[in-house]
Amino acid sequence: MLEPVNVSLASLNIMTLTPMLIAIIGALGIITIDLLKSNLDKSLYVMLSLLVLLLDLGSLIDWAGVFTENGTVLGFFDVMLMDGLSILAQIVIVGGSMLFIPLALTSKRFHEFSYPEFFALFLFMIAGFQFMVASDNLILIFVGLETASLALYTLIALHNRSKSFEAAVKYFTMGALAAGFYAFGAMVFYAVSGSVEINQISAVISATGNDNIAFVLVGTVFMLAAFGFKLSMVPFHTWTPDVYEGSSAALAGYMSIVPKIAGFVVVMRLFEMLINSGVVWLEVVLYVFVVITMTAANIWALVQSDVKRMLAYSSISHAGFVMAAILIGTTQANTALFLYWILFSFTNLGAFAMLWVSRQKELPAGQSSDHPFEKFSGMIKTMPMAAMMMGLFMLSLAGLPPFGLFWGKMYMLGAAVSGGYTVLALIMALNSAIAAYYYLKLIVYMFMREPINNGQDYMVNASLSLKTMIGLAAVATIFSVIAVDPLLEVITTFVYNSGY
Amino acid sequence: MLDHILSILIFFPSVAAVLGFVVSKEGFRAYGITVATIEFALSLWLWYAYDAGVSGMQFMEEFSLIEQFGISYLLGIDGISLFIIVLSAFFTLLGIVSLTETRRVKELIITLLFLEMTMIGVFAALDAILFYVFWELSLVPMLYIIGAWGGPKRIYASVKFFLYTFAGSLVMLIGMLFMAYFYHEATGNWSFSILEWYRLILPESFQLWLFVAFFFGFAIKVPMFPFHTWLPYAHGQAPTIGSVILAAILLKMGTYAFVRFSLPLFPDASAFFMFPIAVIAIIMIVYTAMVAYAQEDVKQVVAYSSVSHMGVIILGTFALNVEGISGSIFLMIAHGVVSGALFLLVGVIYDRRHTKMMDQFGGLASVMPRYATVFGIMMMASVGMPLTINFVGEFLSLLGFYQQSHMLTLLAGLAIIVGAIYMLAAYKKMFFGEVTIDENKKLKDLNKTEYMGLIPLTIITIWLGIYPKPVLEPINNSVESIVQLMHDKAITEDAKAKIPNVREIKQGHTISHGEAH
Repeated sequence: MLEPVNVSLASLNIMTLTPMLIAIIGALGIITIDLLKSNLDKSLYVMLSLLVLLLDLGSLIDWAGVFTENGTVLGFFDVMLMDGLSILAQIVIVGGSMLFIPLALTSKRFHEFSYPEFFALFLFMIAGFQFMVASDNLILIFVGLETASLALYTLIALHNRSKSFEAAVKYFTMGALAAGFYAFGAMVFYAVSGSVEINQISAVISATGNDNIAFVLVGTVFMLAAFGFKLSMVPFHTWTPDVYEGSSAALAGYMSIVPKIAGFVVVMRLFEMLINSGVVWLEVVLYVFVVITMTAANIWALVQSDVKRMLAYSSISHAGFVMAAILIGTTQANTALFLYWILFSFTNLGAFAMLWVSRQKELPAGQSSDHPFEKFSGMIKTMPMAAMMMGLFMLSLAGLPPFGLFWGKMYMLGAAVSGGYTVLALIMALNSAIAAYYYLKLIVYMFMREPINNGQDYMVNASLSLKTMIGLAAVATIFSVIAVDPLLEVITTFVYNSGY
Repeated sequence: MLDHILSILIFFPSVAAVLGFVVSKEGFRAYGITVATIEFALSLWLWYAYDAGVSGMQFMEEFSLIEQFGISYLLGIDGISLFIIVLSAFFTLLGIVSLTETRRVKELIITLLFLEMTMIGVFAALDAILFYVFWELSLVPMLYIIGAWGGPKRIYASVKFFLYTFAGSLVMLIGMLFMAYFYHEATGNWSFSILEWYRLILPESFQLWLFVAFFFGFAIKVPMFPFHTWLPYAHGQAPTIGSVILAAILLKMGTYAFVRFSLPLFPDASAFFMFPIAVIAIIMIVYTAMVAYAQEDVKQVVAYSSVSHMGVIILGTFALNVEGISGSIFLMIAHGVVSGALFLLVGVIYDRRHTKMMDQFGGLASVMPRYATVFGIMMMASVGMPLTINFVGEFLSLLGFYQQSHMLTLLAGLAIIVGAIYMLAAYKKMFFGEVTIDENKKLKDLNKTEYMGLIPLTIITIWLGIYPKPVLEPINNSVESIVQLMHDKAITEDAKAKIPNVREIKQGHTISHGEAH
């Protein structure tokens, strides 16, 4: 006879759901508005989404205050986990989304933004990502991951070009495979430990030692493959350049930031647990993954003839660079991961937004892709301001001080050095030097070649909203040095107090 | 104002450059000259206010930038950096005054002003990360100058310049992070302040590794053999102004960094690597001198001779005694003045004939006598004739190294004679003999703009050649304290023996003086 389950509402701690609920209610609200009155202008939906995200951010900041006072809060039978890591990651997710959504206000009309569903899906996706990072329950992580991914596939397809459908289908297929791997991995861990919660699994694996090592290894391999796909680690990266090319530049920039930080947090929870529980070979495998992802992606990026594809490969390489933090596993390294990713989001969104403003509706004759390098030839003579902005983002991506990404890079290298990974630090440094070449290639085109037209091809898509976002990204990139100290302070306390 | 004069020196040109975007194209040259003159005047004021009797850092400024990681905005100068800063301001002014470029002058001058900021920043920074920021940032304006105003293969040359230096610097960055990590392990605090690092005594094995890491960054910048291949390209393709700044100031960053970082931080490693580096320096002197002799392009001759002289500077630096290091720092300034002047001179003839091939010239002495005279003086200075500025530096550098090894010094001395051969040969090809090509008969002699650049350089060359004391004395004071620091910090017997104890020597002098009386 089963005991009746008595649950008091207070013990559910329903407040842990507020940030996600805000996004979900916002999405439902947008759908409702569309039901009541259709054919409203996209600017309404953009601003509504922005407001919803602002509320979301507000609740997160509130949670940050709760965390500093009371530490980690659990809710819903310990499924929800509001620790420093999850709050930080959610802030990055919501903040990155807030940088993205104004990019919808282009001067040219693009198909996807005229549907309110785009914005509803966008908010659902954010809620999915938030669930993903705010739990250490493998099932809830899975649900969050799938909610977010399915919404994202649709967002890509909405771009309504044959390449976008291709990209969406490719991403969907690969994503489905990854989801399968994830489910298998979770199943194996459940079989080994009888639990789907990461901390329980950790306890069981540590206690049983090497008895079940074969199963644990199988589970680890499945998880590695699953997150390899999600984080576009080489050799699971093949979808990335095509998907980035098929989606709009703004969405591609978004994809290189927000889904990945969600992935990183889960990987951090899962793999640092596995490393600490003494799973053999895992460190070596991760080491190899990190090195290959950085290096191979860099080398592929060298030979790209389209700027967007180049940036796609470069973001794979950056993901590999950041993955090193998981391997190193110290508090400093995990802090570096967040610092790097926050600085990276500004710079990379800026760079992709620069591509977005130069996006023509139709491809002109003789141009094979949206953003070939030649298109940017001699930009300094026709559009000096735009050229300098783009140059700035490229220099920052290359890791040139004192621009944004340098500080992340420096702190990450510092973490590698302090963590005893000297060779890794050297490999990371040399990779930055290789990467400098392809960023420089665009600078060479923009600053040192003769213009091929009088500049009418750039800024065709510009609007006040896009320019504001680019300006914001540029200011954040230039003056990042001021922000690094407070950021480090907050991130270090949050990461440290969550036990990472 | 003197409390913040270094910050003003660093950021005045960059603020002026940003404001310069508004200034119209027509008056831009006047704007550039005014800004550079003010900057130069400020740097002279710095020299005036500098207390030559003090050996430590002066005009220090500090505030914390990234407290969590020990990075601060820490500035200060001593006798070593003072003159390079004055030289940077001087050459920027000179470069803008004698600018003959006509294409997009506004952009060029703005770039030069940004470059000036990074140059002065490198020499004034006492925080390793701040130093690194300026060090790396200096690549960007130079990349643009070479890449946008250079010769036909400018893009290859500029990208090669950038990537070489960038790759080397990243290895150096790892070294810096290691250094900070050791400091953290030793004291419990993060710090990137060089002055704090000076107090840290490292085991020899760590020193060796860190020395190598820093060496990559510095050696590529100098450029030392075998990392020198980017330099002839860069010089060959760069416009005159680019070559002048590159040779006069940017290369000095590498040798300066050796004195500022490698020697005092790693005295044992410096002593350990003294002979290998001396051998590289001598190869550099001899090999590049020979390559220079084989060149047909006069600018390449000057470029290779410049590498060759950098070898002497390295040799002097790694003598690890007061004479050698002071000599090498003096030679940095001398080399800046002389090679800067030579590149300007090459620019003069290039503007007239649009070729730099020596077989296109000949007999220019009869057509352009004044040009030939200035060229002659600078060439003599370059080969190290007594009573010119280079002689003082070369002599002291070699004197310093003579105390460490007679044989190697002798070899280096011979190499300087080879230097005389190629310079004289180049001079002969260009200026003596009959005028064989008709175009050369109608060449005009130096004009007013060119005089304005060349006369000050000629005066300095001879003045400091005859009376180097005003510059040498402050340098000497600061070098003495560095050498003393190295001696005190050294842990191996080898290093203790190689690095002299300045205090003892000085006391010995006073005692022997006392006895004489």
